[in-house]
Amino acid sequence: MEIIMAVLAGILFTTAVYNLLQKQMLRIIIGTALLSHGAHLFILTMGELKRGKPPILSEGVEQYTDPLPQALILTSIVISFGITSLLLVLAYRASKKNGTDNMEQLRGNDYE
Amino acid sequence: MSNLISLPIVLPLLAGIIVAFLANNKPLVRRVAQTLAVINLIVTGFILYQVYQNGTIVLETGGWMAPYGIILVGDMLAVTLAFTTNIIAVACVFYASKSLTDQQESFYFYSFFFLLITGVSGAFITGDIFNLFVFFEVLLMASYGLIVLGNGKAQLRESMKYVLINVFSSMLFVTTVAFLYSVVGTLNMAHIAQRVQEVEQQGVLTTIGILLFFVFATKAAVFPLYYWLPRSYSVPNPVVSALFGALLTKVGIYSILRMFTLIFAWEADLTHTLFIYLAAFTMIFGVIGALSTNNIKLIMAYNIIPAVGFMMMGIGIFTETSISGTVYYLIHDMIIKGAFFLLIGVIAYVAGTSDLRKMNGLIHHYPILGWFFFIATLVLAGIPPFSGFIGKLLLIQGGLAQEQIFIVIAALVSSLLILFSMIRIFIQGFWGEKTELAHPERKQAAHKMTWPIGILLSLSVLLGVGAEWFYPSVEWIGEYLMNPQIYIDSVLKE
Repeated sequence: MEIIMAVLAGILFTTAVYNLLQKQMLRIIIGTALLSHGAHLFILTMGELKRGKPPILSEGVEQYTDPLPQALILTSIVISFGITSLLLVLAYRASKKNGTDNMEQLRGNDYE
Repeated sequence: MSNLISLPIVLPLLAGIIVAFLANNKPLVRRVAQTLAVINLIVTGFILYQVYQNGTIVLETGGWMAPYGIILVGDMLAVTLAFTTNIIAVACVFYASKSLTDQQESFYFYSFFFLLITGVSGAFITGDIFNLFVFFEVLLMASYGLIVLGNGKAQLRESMKYVLINVFSSMLFVTTVAFLYSVVGTLNMAHIAQRVQEVEQQGVLTTIGILLFFVFATKAAVFPLYYWLPRSYSVPNPVVSALFGALLTKVGIYSILRMFTLIFAWEADLTHTLFIYLAAFTMIFGVIGALSTNNIKLIMAYNIIPAVGFMMMGIGIFTETSISGTVYYLIHDMIIKGAFFLLIGVIAYVAGTSDLRKMNGLIHHYPILGWFFFIATLVLAGIPPFSGFIGKLLLIQGGLAQEQIFIVIAALVSSLLILFSMIRIFIQGFWGEKTELAHPERKQAAHKMTWPIGILLSLSVLLGVGAEWFYPSVEWIGEYLMNPQIYIDSVLKE
């Protein structure tokens, strides 16, 4: 199960990097969203996947899920939500103001 | 008593919320923000005094024992840096009311400003690596808000790149934290350090260390990861540039310093040698950038990079002297970079342009500004007896003791070139015939903008002239950082 998850995270990272290297702003933003998904899956995998066991440690309980990765993912998901929405708004404003959403034309060699 | 250490994080957070409600009443929001920033400074100063007297303050939040709960660690290094941060904050908040446009001020500048301070102080104080990530995000979120404030064409263009590069490195940070957790099974920095020490930092841990270095080096703008910095730091309002230049890259350097003295300190042959070479390239390439342009804001932004190189040099050489040198230089650089960006802001404001070729003879109209700029140049280049000199002296002493001649030469040459790049602004902008001022009506505001810079400058002169007062504590911090066991013991209490 861990191996499948690791491969899945790898595929997500690959597609994310592919999208990040595009010129269109929206594609780049999708790239960052995919990147964060990959990272989150990766955290989950690192905490070892065990199905059907509650994240509780008490006397007599031998098998339990590690709650820490889930707490980390929760925090990280909230942050990446915020950043993705901010990026979308920013990209909208930037493309409106500069008249293009092509990163190639936004290089900024001309200086104001 | 140990709850005291949460105040540098909680107070600015509260301040940010309070000023958000007052944003439409400009005179009031200014007054409140200034008062809150000063209160913040006093409280942090008191905490610094307490730590100086009684040693490290450790707060286990919620009463959870050290390796299990989230902890805040206020040791000398963290608290000193938090205090310096608040000094910059006070200077910037007094400068901001003159430099910002009404529109920028009413779009929650002060809230973002205080949230930035929250994030920076939090990153210094936290003792948990995942919380370091969270505080990085807090300060980055605030910086995203600050960088687009003003809605300019170039600003939107550059902030897009700034946000993207930071999102990428943040996600890499999370991934690396996951790696680290799977290997050592803990997120508490002291506990990680202990575990790494037990297994003598095997190969996989060094790899994780380098990955973490990559993340922090992106924030700190170490060669070759500095390409995003100059343009995005030169486009926003000068007060925002000052905050960024003085604080954000320094958080990256602080994290590298912490990680590679506390946790990944056992493979110094590999990692720290790499740092020395990167430091040399950082200095040289940064200073070449500074010489390549005629835009004064861009010259200043490029000048952040060689300073990062100097601090990396101390970490790379990795002796008590050089680490003290890094700490001294870190404090000095925070203050002087803050002062410099504010100065450049005033110069661009009174000249009405940031193009060096269009300036002339400013010193006839603004003698104080001119002399401030001259002193700041000497401080930055490290002319004795100013503070830059003491830091560089320690770094070069450390380098010579370890026979790292290559880096010492790079450091000396780049110091000279820094002096040249700044003197160029002085000669072209301030010297020359007395000409008509482009904007004579701006004189009054410019004088009001100059005095917060005076405070920062006099502090940095004091840091150099009174080196014998500060040096013992800095030397002590250097010793402390070279003995990670003290940190581990104070957190885990064994």
